[in-house]
Amino acid sequence: MKLSFSKIFETIDLQGLSEISAQTRTSEVQRVLNRGEANSLEEFANLISPAAEPYLESMCRLSQAVTLKHFGKTMRMFAPLYLSNECVNVCRYCGFSRHNDIPRITLSIEDVEREAKLLHEQGFRSILLVAGEHPKYVSNGYVESVVRRLSQEFPSIALELGPLEASGYSPLVNAGCEALIVYQETYDEDTYQSLHTAGPKKHFSWRMDTAERAYQAGFRRLGIGALFGLHDWRREAISLACHAQHLSRTCWKAQVSLSLPRMRPSAGEFEQVEFLPDHHFVQLIAAFRLFAPKAGITLSTREPAPLRDGLIPLGITSMSAGSSTEPGGYSAFDESSFTPIDEQPGEQFHIADERPPAVVAKAIANAGYEPVWKDFDQSLLSEQSAKEPINRPDDQTDKADPVESLDPLSC
Amino acid sequence: MTSRTTQTLKIGDREFDSRLLVGTGKFSSNDSMKEALRASGSALVTVALKRANLDSSEDPFANILDFLETERYLILPNTAGAMNAEEAVRIARLAVAAGLPNWVKLEIHPDPNYLLPDPIETLKATETLVAEGFTVLPYINADPVLAQRLQDAGAATVMPLGSPIGSNQGLDTRSQIEIIVEQARVPVVVDAGIGAPSHAAEAMELGADAVLINTAIAIANDPPAMARAFAKAVESGREAYEIGLGSTSKRAEASSPLTAFLGA
Repeated sequence: MKLSFSKIFETIDLQGLSEISAQTRTSEVQRVLNRGEANSLEEFANLISPAAEPYLESMCRLSQAVTLKHFGKTMRMFAPLYLSNECVNVCRYCGFSRHNDIPRITLSIEDVEREAKLLHEQGFRSILLVAGEHPKYVSNGYVESVVRRLSQEFPSIALELGPLEASGYSPLVNAGCEALIVYQETYDEDTYQSLHTAGPKKHFSWRMDTAERAYQAGFRRLGIGALFGLHDWRREAISLACHAQHLSRTCWKAQVSLSLPRMRPSAGEFEQVEFLPDHHFVQLIAAFRLFAPKAGITLSTREPAPLRDGLIPLGITSMSAGSSTEPGGYSAFDESSFTPIDEQPGEQFHIADERPPAVVAKAIANAGYEPVWKDFDQSLLSEQSAKEPINRPDDQTDKADPVESLDPLSC
Repeated sequence: MTSRTTQTLKIGDREFDSRLLVGTGKFSSNDSMKEALRASGSALVTVALKRANLDSSEDPFANILDFLETERYLILPNTAGAMNAEEAVRIARLAVAAGLPNWVKLEIHPDPNYLLPDPIETLKATETLVAEGFTVLPYINADPVLAQRLQDAGAATVMPLGSPIGSNQGLDTRSQIEIIVEQARVPVVVDAGIGAPSHAAEAMELGADAVLINTAIAIANDPPAMARAFAKAVESGREAYEIGLGSTSKRAEASSPLTAFLGA
């Protein structure tokens, strides 16, 4: 019987792995680097250790070579399109958190189309639809309508929404979605509970098993990540590596992609617990590449331009550009430069790289990489999945608390 | 370089001057790809349809097809990204509707990590597309029985992998490819895993009819130069095959044979 990740995670000796990392010897780092790959969680822990820091240059060279082999000199381009900032959750670090006093909006289908048209004009054929979690404003029917309306123009549509049951995801796959992105935020349950104080997001294991439910519904790409700054970064990284390993084994038809977002300023003025400095951030990217050579690694506009440019050839496979994190934000951009004119008070967080997409694409080309705007075609999506999920779950026994049983507004 | 080989490559109803097929993924730019394709001398290049714009509109952000010089080579659309026969068949039909040749390289790999081909779905798609008049070139694991089944189904070639795509490991499957070559009724194109010109030469020396190279050219420091290096290796490997290589032996031949007493 297959266990879901939340059950597996309970059996992982995180403390032991953290100690392995803390006590890693130089010779252990060298052994992993000589082989050119990390074959276990223990070896991943070696690569993110203090002992590996002097080997950062070697790690980056290996990361570059491995990425070239599997992904070539290409960079997949995408942009987020925020549908709604309505949210029933209280997440202390998030700009959309329920008690934050920001202007709330859910875009009409026509507004979404207007935003999408602006992104299309910039070149994007791959978009990430993002919304706060709100059963009334961001209903499944609403999202499905949006996807159906956009799927002709956007061959690749990814979703980042409040977690659903597999049965809730199936209509969205059938409407034309390729990927589902869900970040655990923090893999430390105590921290998680202290940060998510109300709303369905309180349910740690329900969120943790989201990617597997999405796979059951037929999503082809599963994006996972942790929000660095909420808890000890090495423990978070080991947990994320463990999650990636589990998904690549159990969801074998899906490509796993990883995101390593670092905290950015947002409404609510949350003070991050542990800042992840640049050199550790780069070490983390290289370590993930050597642990999961075929996983996508996404880099968002949270990071500043010079750092993003430096990271292009070091293991990243997918980049966003010219992003707005506010619903309707692109319509408020300056038309010619495609950059924000004013502050965006309803944004989820403030981005660091505000360069328009064409400028980012130019930077990618200057680094010797091709920005790939289209890398998927809607014609690939099976029509049969409209009738039934294409990835049958091995196991029906591990149903997490369904959100439907909750009354989010009363949390 | 003048070819000294005596036999041209014939796939379906077409003849090709070069036995080097080239893929179009992973290049640093479309211009770099175009140059490398020219330098390769290839007459048959494959392109992933998921990268192309298949409706009639011009799209500067999905214009890989605009960089492929159709007067130089036949475009071989491939179905990369398809996870089953139904998806592969659908995308092949769309390619024809978009004006591309009714040739298709079947790539059906449900596992996005190693991109290993699904034998069952590949056979199903081959049967369907052959019946619809397509010239079908299926990418397969180096499985001789599957190769036979595909030939029975009307495949125009079989394309066994040397090792997993992008791995540059060379002919890990050599002994299986030898059986496929021995039994082949259609051209055998060794596809995937060929990381060095010496690998390509090895495949040609053992009797493969052609090889397909992508990653090793695309990510080289100088893709056109590497394309030329592969072209030479393919050419010399083929020449050696046609001349006939001497057999090898692990034992030395004794200078004083044990049977000398039998006289001349």
